[in-house]
Amino acid sequence: MTKVLMKGNEAIGEAAIRAGCLNYFAYPITPQTEVAEYLSRRMAEVDGVFLQGESEVAVSYMIFGASACGERVFTTSSSPGISLMSEGISYITAAECPAVFVNIMRGGPGLGGILPSQADYFQATKGGGHGDYKLLVMAPASVQEAVEMVMQAFALADKYRNPVMILGDGLIGQMMEPVEFPDHLKIQPTNKDDWATNGMSTRKGNTRNLVKTLYLNPEELNAHNLKLKAKYEQMAREEVRYEAYNFDGGYRLLIVSYGTMSRVCRTAVDMLKEEGLEIAMLRPKYLFPFPSGPIRDAATKDSCQAVLSVEMCMGQMVEDVERSVAGTSPVHWYGKCGGDVPTPEEVIEAVKKLVD
Amino acid sequence: MGKTFHKPEALADTITHYCPGCTHGVAHRLVAEVIDELGIRDRTVGVAPVGCAVLMYNYFTFDFQEAAHGRAPAMATGIKRVRPDLMVFTYQGDGDLASIGLSEIVHSANRGEKFTTIFINNAVYGMTGGQMAPTTMPNQRTTTSPFGRKTTSEGMPMKVSELLASLQTPAYISRQSLTRPKYINRAKKAIKKAFTYQMENRCFSLVELISTCPTNWGMTPVDALKWAEEKMMPYYELGDHKTPEDG
Amino acid sequence: MAYQHDIDKDRCKGCGLCVTVCPKNVLEISDKINTKGYFPAYQERPEDCIFCAICCTMCPDVAMTIREIEETAAAKE
Repeated sequence: MTKVLMKGNEAIGEAAIRAGCLNYFAYPITPQTEVAEYLSRRMAEVDGVFLQGESEVAVSYMIFGASACGERVFTTSSSPGISLMSEGISYITAAECPAVFVNIMRGGPGLGGILPSQADYFQATKGGGHGDYKLLVMAPASVQEAVEMVMQAFALADKYRNPVMILGDGLIGQMMEPVEFPDHLKIQPTNKDDWATNGMSTRKGNTRNLVKTLYLNPEELNAHNLKLKAKYEQMAREEVRYEAYNFDGGYRLLIVSYGTMSRVCRTAVDMLKEEGLEIAMLRPKYLFPFPSGPIRDAATKDSCQAVLSVEMCMGQMVEDVERSVAGTSPVHWYGKCGGDVPTPEEVIEAVKKLVD
Repeated sequence: MGKTFHKPEALADTITHYCPGCTHGVAHRLVAEVIDELGIRDRTVGVAPVGCAVLMYNYFTFDFQEAAHGRAPAMATGIKRVRPDLMVFTYQGDGDLASIGLSEIVHSANRGEKFTTIFINNAVYGMTGGQMAPTTMPNQRTTTSPFGRKTTSEGMPMKVSELLASLQTPAYISRQSLTRPKYINRAKKAIKKAFTYQMENRCFSLVELISTCPTNWGMTPVDALKWAEEKMMPYYELGDHKTPEDG
Repeated sequence: MAYQHDIDKDRCKGCGLCVTVCPKNVLEISDKINTKGYFPAYQERPEDCIFCAICCTMCPDVAMTIREIEETAAAKE
């Protein structure tokens, strides 16, 4: 397979097509507009559907409509746009429709900034919209990983009949790295005749399908929520994905970091190793389900004095790290907001304050 | 002399939850009759609004999606773009279409999305108990305009058909009424035209239907028909506001 | 051709719109409550009915239907 040098945003767009998703609705927003620009041409080449909607709100419902009638569909946006889509995401999850959302995070809150951040962790993993729902959340740390995660997301969305979110950041979106699109990740869409509103003639039957989210009867609504919850529990059993870096040897501190920030931490780990200070990093690849068990296990190693969550925000994942560690180890946070990515030296300084 | 009359196949047997005399029932039946007559039931997908008609999917015998408030045109856009072979329509009330969903309907109309919209204009928000709508008449009392709609602070009622007809792309924008059998028959013709235009792959059609809300207007159903004819119809002009021949 | 006009009294919500629009003044509202608690419409003067279906057109609840029946059966009615 040949590798090509591609900008993250464009690679994400291409990955969806290679995964067999030929429907894209989106709205421009920095720093991910290049996905729409790329797909506006590329979708035409593959006879796919491209539409720039009038707002992210509208786009989220175009995604809902298209998904509910049984077609593979995805969209990309950035933080404020994902806020607008959050109502739609609540609906789509409630309706058990598969869809893929990509958030190329930028600084917030409000209009914030256009540089990278990791400040939408809560929004993605705890639900930006209302009601009890969860998304399967993937966090790529390279353009190649973003490509593979986008391709895998469609199959997982079908498997769980649930939206999947890919949490990237402006760096993932903007930088250029060599990528390849693995053929084995292109998976045929599942048959959706038992629930999708794809038209009775498509199903060659006389029973109609209904996609709805309203359950006025309390027992029915409770039962529906229990059904959704069971999916998240299954995700927690089957979809925990993380990378363990420098776990051999007596590490004195455990860094937990994801996405682009984890690359800086990886460099910090390497630099400290050369100085003779061993620290490890657990990099969640999926943020939901969160690798709670592996983090607790890694934190309770005898040599480990503390856990440090390093994030480009004011501390969001750190709360899940604390919950995972459950008091067995002190948990700290280091990070910066605003788009100024912490340097390896700054991470090292934060680490050294915590180990003796 | 005489003719037969029976429930269309596209309409379910279920007795509706609508109030006595509510013209939603008439609008539903007309849509179902048209779908039967055009033979498109097995490839139609309806998109239900939020409003009194939120449960409309219980009254039809074909595929349906339930939209969030105001978003039906966006959902219909999604369906029609990915499955252009399906016949898609939205059915929306004043709040859904003219308030929260105004952006979605204007943009869908302007892009010329190839679906059909049935717009129920009864000058009030029915389901939530009778609040003021963009289409509420001047001086009309509602639960959020208890002294009557003051046009100096709340503006004049919005003429949706004219607004959409000012766009170049839509194929067919028509306003009809459900206040008497003669108008109901004309309304059915307009609805049939709208769906036929969709079968011909023309861009966006909308039929606005002057409707009644006896409960929230505080009138008997018969008086409500009169009120709609006396107060609404002089302001909301009936007829085709845009046709494919207009270009 | 003979016709039969039927009113499903349990579908009817007693809104009275049909009574207003009948050109032959055939319909009235009953004083007997239906299973839903409404006073449904009924044909007070069925012999005047011309099966024009204007009541059916106005009815929001498809409570009224008109079907064809055999001439002899109609004569018996």
